[in-house]
Amino acid sequence: MSKKPTKLEKDIPTTGHSWDGIQEYDNPMPRWWLWTFYATIVWGIGYTIAYPAWPLVKGATEGVLGYSTRAEVQAEIDSFDAANEGMRQKLVAADLNEINSDPELASFAQNAGGAVFRTWCAQCHGSGAAGAKGYPNLLDDDWLWGGDMEAIHFTITHGIRNEDDPEGEARYSEMPRFGTDELLESEEIDQVVNYVMSLSGEPQDASMVEAGQVVFEDNCAACHGDNAQGDREQGAPNLSDAIWLYGGDYADVRESVYNARFGVMPNWNTRLSEAEIRAVAAYVHTRGGGEEPAEEASE
Amino acid sequence: MALLDKHKILETNATLLLVGSFLVVTIGGIVEIAPLFYLDNTIEDVEGVRPYSPLELTGRDIYIREGCYVCHSQMIRPMRDEVERYGHYSLAAESKYDHPFQWGSKRTGPDLARVGGRYSDEWHVDHLIDPQSVVPESVMPSYGFLLDRPIEGEHVGELMATHRMVGVPYTDEMLEAAAADFAAQADPDSDYDGLIERYGDSAQVRNFDGQPELTEMDALVAYLQVLGTMVDFSTFQPDESR
Ligand code: HEC
Ligand code: HEC
Ligand code: HEC
Repeated sequence: MSKKPTKLEKDIPTTGHSWDGIQEYDNPMPRWWLWTFYATIVWGIGYTIAYPAWPLVKGATEGVLGYSTRAEVQAEIDSFDAANEGMRQKLVAADLNEINSDPELASFAQNAGGAVFRTWCAQCHGSGAAGAKGYPNLLDDDWLWGGDMEAIHFTITHGIRNEDDPEGEARYSEMPRFGTDELLESEEIDQVVNYVMSLSGEPQDASMVEAGQVVFEDNCAACHGDNAQGDREQGAPNLSDAIWLYGGDYADVRESVYNARFGVMPNWNTRLSEAEIRAVAAYVHTRGGGEEPAEEASE
Repeated sequence: MALLDKHKILETNATLLLVGSFLVVTIGGIVEIAPLFYLDNTIEDVEGVRPYSPLELTGRDIYIREGCYVCHSQMIRPMRDEVERYGHYSLAAESKYDHPFQWGSKRTGPDLARVGGRYSDEWHVDHLIDPQSVVPESVMPSYGFLLDRPIEGEHVGELMATHRMVGVPYTDEMLEAAAADFAAQADPDSDYDGLIERYGDSAQVRNFDGQPELTEMDALVAYLQVLGTMVDFSTFQPDESR
């Protein structure tokens, strides 16, 4: 029983296809669709004229708008540089110690320095500058290499114990590896570790402290000071303040003495501009532990 | 329109339609892709880019084996935010010896195209052992086991020979010295003059993981520390019109 089409309008042509008696109208495309399609073709041609597109023998057409991704990003960076140029020049010209007392400079340095810190420093010193084991806390006033603007600026510029500083001015010192290189007997190390721990807390074995003090005076005081108060000339930490860079457990302190530590920070003078270094130095200085310059230059 | 009426031939013959579609896609593809291989405008001549040293190449293999690329790309796009976070945008020539390349846009972690020299070796080792110990917010997994996996350079020559087959210009001399260069790069007390002569100053010689043994950690850190350091941007100015 094949059904006959009931309403075949005679004025619309069919495609001529017929399957089981079913026929197909040959309706034209909707006009709006067709015209949109033509418009995209025109747009496409226009686009290839305006922007770089057609490959030729050696190069491609450059496009009448002269657009280039590289030029655009350069222009954008230049426009921000130009906007900041005035303040940057002021920052570079200023006396380091004056930066944080000039409200305009200080607020610029806070923002610019904060951005630099979050981009380049946070991975090691923590996003809040509180540090991690082996990476010093920059919020406190316990400085390894000095906490006034000059010292912080120098540390950041040249870095610490790296070999990349082009001026070769990276801060440098090296604690001997008392255990690994067999400079002290194992027992002497236990003694001095107990002594060091007794300065800021409880030693593990109080009977060793006295002998440990002797070992300390003979081997450690030259760098860490007679009272273990540290020496910023050599980046030798204060060992009496219960602030530990490498941990204050018995095992940690013993490892610090046995195998020594060798904290490295990259130099930033090849990656950051002088203005950026000054800004981040001012930022670090105002985190909480910044010091005023020494009254008299201690020559 | 006689020609347009002919479409019925294509429409009613599946094989012909397939061949026809294939032809159209091929022509489209050739027009889009082939010019990139010869246009001056896409081939930038850049000084300093060299094949990876044996140790770095091994580190690269470990990088790929561990799937670091699942979270990290190595392609700094020309956009201000990326240039300010990662450094100069990447040039095509910088990955010309990368097989396979490490471009991408999937960034769970930061782009690594210029991570070389940005952190100390100690930081990389600390971070790979336990990322959260240095970056508490991190979601990166730990790779501390690399320290316990000693490696020797016995197969690195073959790896380099394979790379040579796909166009990396390793010389015969480089292949012969592969195993020696491999060991020398991780040992500052070795005689590494040959290594520097073959690969240039950007080959860094250090005990990367601080352990006496040569481990996969050494290789991976050596690789990370060379990323993006080969081109000296203080002397090289890329052409803006490219
Ligand atoms: C690769 C990790 C790393 C990065 C990145 C890093 N630092 Fe450091 N920084 C260190 C280490 C390690 C030390 C301590 C070195 C030592 O043991 O003497 C340090 C020390 C310092 C000090 C001296 C602290 C003191 O007590 O004297 C300052 C200041 C400092 N960093 C600032 C910065 C700034 C600013 C940045 C970003 C531009 C930065 N650091 C980036 C690892 C890093
Ligand atoms: C040549 C100078 C020098 C001598 C001698 C020296 N130290 Fe040190 N010491 C340092 C320096 C520098 C550091 C910091 C290392 C770093 O930051 O990477 C340090 C770090 C330490 C630390 C780690 C402190 C912390 O905050 O985690 C301890 C503990 C320590 N020393 C104990 C000793 C003891 C005990 C001796 C004697 C047996 C000694 N040192 C001898 C220079 C010295
Ligand atoms: C699950 C995703 C994930 C994987 C897989 C992963 N990472 Fe990461 N990585 C991260 C994230 C997130 C960060 C940012 C936080 C941090 O520094 O830990 C990061 C940061 C880093 C950084 C510091 C980059 C910078 O500029 O701050 C390095 C280097 C790195 N990863 C190396 C590696 C290597 C090598 C591997 C493979 C062995 C690896 N990552 C695998 C997610 C990942």
